[in-house]
Amino acid sequence: MTVSPSPVGRQFRRARLREARVAGALAVVIAALAVLGLTIGKASVSPPEVFSALIGRADAMTRFVILELRMPRMVTALLAGACLGLSGAVLQSILRNPLASPDIIGVTNSASAAGVIGLILLGISGLALSGIVLAGTVAATAVVYLLSWRRAAHQLVIVGIGVSAVCASVVSYVFTRSDIRDAQEALVWINGSLGRSGWDTALTLAVCAAALLPASLAFGRRLTVLELGDDPAAALGVKVGRTRTLMLGLAAALAAAAVAVVGPVPFVALVSAPIARRLTATGSVALLPSALIGAAVLLASDLVAQFAIPDVPLPAGVVTGVVGAPYLLWILVRSGLRRG
Amino acid sequence: MSDLPVTRGTTEPPAQGAPAGPALRRRRLGPLAAGLLVLVAALVAACVLSLAVGANALPFRTVWQALTHYDPANPHHLIVVEKRLPRTLVGITVGLGLAVAGVVMQGLTRNPLADPGLLGVNAGASLFVVLALGVFGVQGSGYLWFAFLGAAVVTVVVYGVASAAGRGGATPVTMVLAGAAVTAALTSLVTGILLTDRAALDEMRFWQVGALSARDFTIFWQTLPGIAAGLVLAFAVSRGLNGLAMGEEVARGLGQKVGLVRAFAAISVVLLCGSATAAAGPISFVGLMVAHFAVRMAGPDHRWSIPYAALAGPTLLIGCDVLGRVVVRPGELQVGVVVAAVGAPLLVALIRMRGKGRR
Repeated sequence: MTVSPSPVGRQFRRARLREARVAGALAVVIAALAVLGLTIGKASVSPPEVFSALIGRADAMTRFVILELRMPRMVTALLAGACLGLSGAVLQSILRNPLASPDIIGVTNSASAAGVIGLILLGISGLALSGIVLAGTVAATAVVYLLSWRRAAHQLVIVGIGVSAVCASVVSYVFTRSDIRDAQEALVWINGSLGRSGWDTALTLAVCAAALLPASLAFGRRLTVLELGDDPAAALGVKVGRTRTLMLGLAAALAAAAVAVVGPVPFVALVSAPIARRLTATGSVALLPSALIGAAVLLASDLVAQFAIPDVPLPAGVVTGVVGAPYLLWILVRSGLRRG
Repeated sequence: MSDLPVTRGTTEPPAQGAPAGPALRRRRLGPLAAGLLVLVAALVAACVLSLAVGANALPFRTVWQALTHYDPANPHHLIVVEKRLPRTLVGITVGLGLAVAGVVMQGLTRNPLADPGLLGVNAGASLFVVLALGVFGVQGSGYLWFAFLGAAVVTVVVYGVASAAGRGGATPVTMVLAGAAVTAALTSLVTGILLTDRAALDEMRFWQVGALSARDFTIFWQTLPGIAAGLVLAFAVSRGLNGLAMGEEVARGLGQKVGLVRAFAAISVVLLCGSATAAAGPISFVGLMVAHFAVRMAGPDHRWSIPYAALAGPTLLIGCDVLGRVVVRPGELQVGVVVAAVGAPLLVALIRMRGKGRR
């Protein structure tokens, strides 16, 4: 990054080109996953039948399975994954820390707490639940942000851990006070499940994503400049403090929208950005690829979760956790070996 | 990922994090010793409250009589000696274990975020307890050994991965990353098992909240050796941890066996966290909080911060346990919940005080 301006400009263009190529490849992967997701299941449907169902030519049964059961689930997974992936990429870039993710700044656990309170204590579900989770998550994130106002990044993380701990203990406490069946149902939810997604959840998420995704991508251009450091960025005309606040807010809103609908899926936000960085190999944050990887990861995880153990519909979050973690460990070890 | 300037976000600025040798010696012994005495008094007060306060509050004289002239026929004496005494004793060992483990971990990883919960130890213990309950059908307090084993296995895994990842040893960032990764994976596995086994979930939810209630002498005696051994080891490596704080090269240059210090410190952490988590469930936050408190009060010298933590940890835990018995009468709030509720604002205050004037 310490080269003279004109090679930087050329590098930047090359980076954009590479990012576009990666994004294209990812789109193909996602399309393949989506077709796979629509075809397999208890009622197996061939790809041509899927197509005819989409244009309304298939029989009623197939149409129902595709349009009412599998499509909304797939759309929800795509959007939630994209939101989480983008949120993680933005956070990691702003906080300059590969550990940063919505999980760390308190989004995931506050969503869990709001979720179990809604599900177990208030006995609600569906859109009302999403609303409560959204409100709880936004409130918790605002608390984290206000408490670490104008302080170093690692303080934001510590405050986030503090708030997360309180929320996690609220979850544990509610579990001990609840009926065992409610607890089991809530356990599915707090691990991020797509099992209950329908067109209403997909639509809710779509509205949020339609506002947040383009805004984040547009403002995200400034992240590249911000990664140069505060002083160089300010010299280049970026209002550092304001940009950081705005991007933090967007990242939190993206994560909150996703977890409000599907529940807190772990790890998608954390792994998406590092994968995108490796794929684009430009040394800077890759927002669009991160979002696409998030979508692909959640889509694939949900497929595995549905069919991994016969007759036990696992929450997708169980899969993202089990698969995401070794991947991160592998990256850690590998980068160490290469350097050593 | 290696090209990110990650350390900026997670480690202390060198001005506070790297104590110089003479600075350690310049601190006066008097105030430090006085601080220890104050902490001892606080711990004793917390223990007395723990024996006296509960569903039926007992006068201090009855408590004293129960301890000195135990009469099994007296129901009050029975409550104090059979219920509250073991509970308090378990609280002391667990609080001590978590707090000292927190200090040693922060010294070992030079990371202000190090905590048994964050480095995956709690998750490892949880997974093995779930396996014990769900897969092997262990009864009674037999799951204690599983919790311990889980804590040990995960500490070794996290440490091993972090060592393989860092240049010439585990760095703070790789260590916490590895811990976070392991925690997430294990939590998912736990959930997967619990979803297929309702009976295990039923027991697990009461263990996982982190509580001291219904702990008896058996659990205390099973926990004690691990905690004692861990504490002895922690004291033994306290000098070495001081050296590590100055940086690996400096420590090595001073003739320290860095690898040995690290290994013993890690073993001490396993013993302390493993025993504590086995006894009371995964209580996070005590380690993080007390370690910050101890370093703030006693300074960066581990020979002082470890005793400070060893006294402050039990005081905090027992105090929170007593608080939990009082606030939602006639019910009870588990100590894990209270610790988080009390600890979070405290930690935030601590961080804010420290960060004044800094961005």
